[in-house]
Amino acid sequence: MNVGESFNMAITAIMSNKLRSSLTLLGIIIGVMTIIAMQSLITGLRNSVHEELSQLGSNVFQVQKYPAIGEGNREKYRNRKDLTVEHADAVRRLATAAELVGAEVWHFGREIRYQDKKTNPNMVIAGATPEFLVNNGFTLADGRFVTEQDVNFNRRVCILGLEPVNVLFPYDDPIGKDVKIEGERFRVVGVLEEMGSFLGGSRDNRIVIPISRFELLYGSERSINITVKAKSPELFETCRDQTIGILRAVRKVPPGEENDFEIWTSDQLMEFFDNMTRVVKIVAVAIASIALVVAGVGIMNIMLVSVTERTREIGIRKSIGAKRRDILWQFLIEAIVLSEIGGIIGIFIGLGIGKLVEVLTPVPADVPAWTVVLGLVFCSTVGLIFGVGPATKAARMDPIEALRYE
Amino acid sequence: MLIELHDIEKIYEIGTVQVPALKGINITVNKNEYVAIMGPSGSGKSTLMNIVGCLDTPSDGIYMLNDNNVSDMSDDELAEIRNREIGFVFQTFNLLPRASALHNVELPLIYNGTPAAKRRKQAEEALERVGLADRMHHKPNELSGGQRQRVAIARALVNSPSIILADEPTGNLDSRTGEEIMEIFEDLHDSGNTIILVTHEEYIAEHSDRIIRLRDGMVERDEAVMERSA
Ligand SMILES: Nc1ncnc2c1ncn2[C@@H]1O[C@H](COP(=O)(O)OP(=O)(O)OP(=O)(O)O)[C@@H](O)[C@H]1O
Ligand SMILES: [Mg+2]
Repeated sequence: MNVGESFNMAITAIMSNKLRSSLTLLGIIIGVMTIIAMQSLITGLRNSVHEELSQLGSNVFQVQKYPAIGEGNREKYRNRKDLTVEHADAVRRLATAAELVGAEVWHFGREIRYQDKKTNPNMVIAGATPEFLVNNGFTLADGRFVTEQDVNFNRRVCILGLEPVNVLFPYDDPIGKDVKIEGERFRVVGVLEEMGSFLGGSRDNRIVIPISRFELLYGSERSINITVKAKSPELFETCRDQTIGILRAVRKVPPGEENDFEIWTSDQLMEFFDNMTRVVKIVAVAIASIALVVAGVGIMNIMLVSVTERTREIGIRKSIGAKRRDILWQFLIEAIVLSEIGGIIGIFIGLGIGKLVEVLTPVPADVPAWTVVLGLVFCSTVGLIFGVGPATKAARMDPIEALRYE
Repeated sequence: MLIELHDIEKIYEIGTVQVPALKGINITVNKNEYVAIMGPSGSGKSTLMNIVGCLDTPSDGIYMLNDNNVSDMSDDELAEIRNREIGFVFQTFNLLPRASALHNVELPLIYNGTPAAKRRKQAEEALERVGLADRMHHKPNELSGGQRQRVAIARALVNSPSIILADEPTGNLDSRTGEEIMEIFEDLHDSGNTIILVTHEEYIAEHSDRIIRLRDGMVERDEAVMERSA
């Protein structure tokens, strides 16, 4: 007897007991669904984080007062000296391995105006030096960027992201026009290329002004970010070491004490993200495994009931020549098919959840093919492991006793 | 010699009690014989048939089938004998309730690996032979008792076995339907099959060439049937 026959028998048996079969499938469905949905979310999230981070210019690292992520204990960092434009200047002057050293500082949730129009109060104002453009992986669509002279002379110039352009200049060319930021006039000298959104947040709501003017506008008592681009990938580490040395010197950190600033690269952030999601993944796999084991026990139970109920059928099959292995395979394949059906349903629901999340939230869905394959293999294994007992019981039945069974 | 039974004994053990069902049976059956087994209830007829049909094994004694010692065989070898050499017809039909008549008849062929197309053709032929060509796709519960028994007979003969065993094949049927079934057996006998049949009815037994009467697990009488005058 071949597998095709066993498969047909399995389908027939499962279909003739739909309710019971579907109840049994629930555990498998939940297990596989969890794996697929989690994988979809995590991979989707990872991809967009990765995309976001790779926006940061290549070979670039950042220096900040606070760590970029994690570590709830901000007390520890609050007493640190602020990073200032002077610190950035020192690095620019002294770090021989650095190609571009930028200083930047941000102010969120502002509103800007042009004539009678105004934007939503969700604009992000960046104070920047000329290196900002390259170090942040931004590009200009039109006009020019902040220049050294703009910074030196505290010029009131600005470069607009796509969003304020669309709101304030739906018909006109913005270049050369004057917009109002915090009531002060700024001449628009450039427009940024469209950036798209990241996890639902727009990245086109930025307005860049010279950092010197920024500090006049908002005060200079906030810590800046320093962005450093190394001359080459080979010099990245050297550049980082130089920057640390220079900053320690200008900030007068005593030898032996730890840095009073944080350096991070996109790789580090990626690594942090992966570590964080790894925990989520492990938890998801654990939940799924428990669900699958419970499902497996359910399948075993239902198969045992089924074997007992079908004792006569087994007797009939044996009486006309079914061998032990024929019966064994029949029930084993039934268990596997049963769990595979659950697995396939689980995969589709999992994919559906991923899609739903994609529609409702900014997290995109992305299910790698290997997860689907793994899910199916998992199901077969569950079916196999928990089906062996009942199938063996069926195969070992004595034909005449099975026939007599009432 | 097709079937040789030497001192066959069967003892059932229920707890500590031993129930002897067969107490030393010696029978030989030749090819193309038509044998009826009779005897009172509990005399061991079914027990004997199950042993001859390789469904059960004797507690003692030797059973030679086609000069092979069945007592030495493994479960799987017995399964193969049941599949190739023996067609069993039960009093209670023993059809798979959810499968069509055709599928029921195909079953023995599934287990010996006959390819699907050939299998179907053979099963159809067997059903035609028992006069059920028009009921192939009916499930057992859509058939009358007589029709069910015909399906069971078609299943028994689909693999062209050398022996057809029938344990009270007409026991659940009225006498007219029983007669029809008996005609099929006669037919099979005429075309060269060996038939062993258990029955309680003299008129059924008279279809055979030879009647073996059992009592208390022993052969009471074994005699040829007089040629009927009809
Ligand atoms: N599985 C079993 N366990 C215990 N005893 C059994 C079993 N099967 C049969 N017997 C006993 O063996 C004896 C023979 O039974 P068997 O079924 O062969 O009789 P039979 O001649 O076929 O009777 P009937 O005409 O009623 O079918 C009986 O005494 C019965 O009680
Ligand atoms: Mg009986």
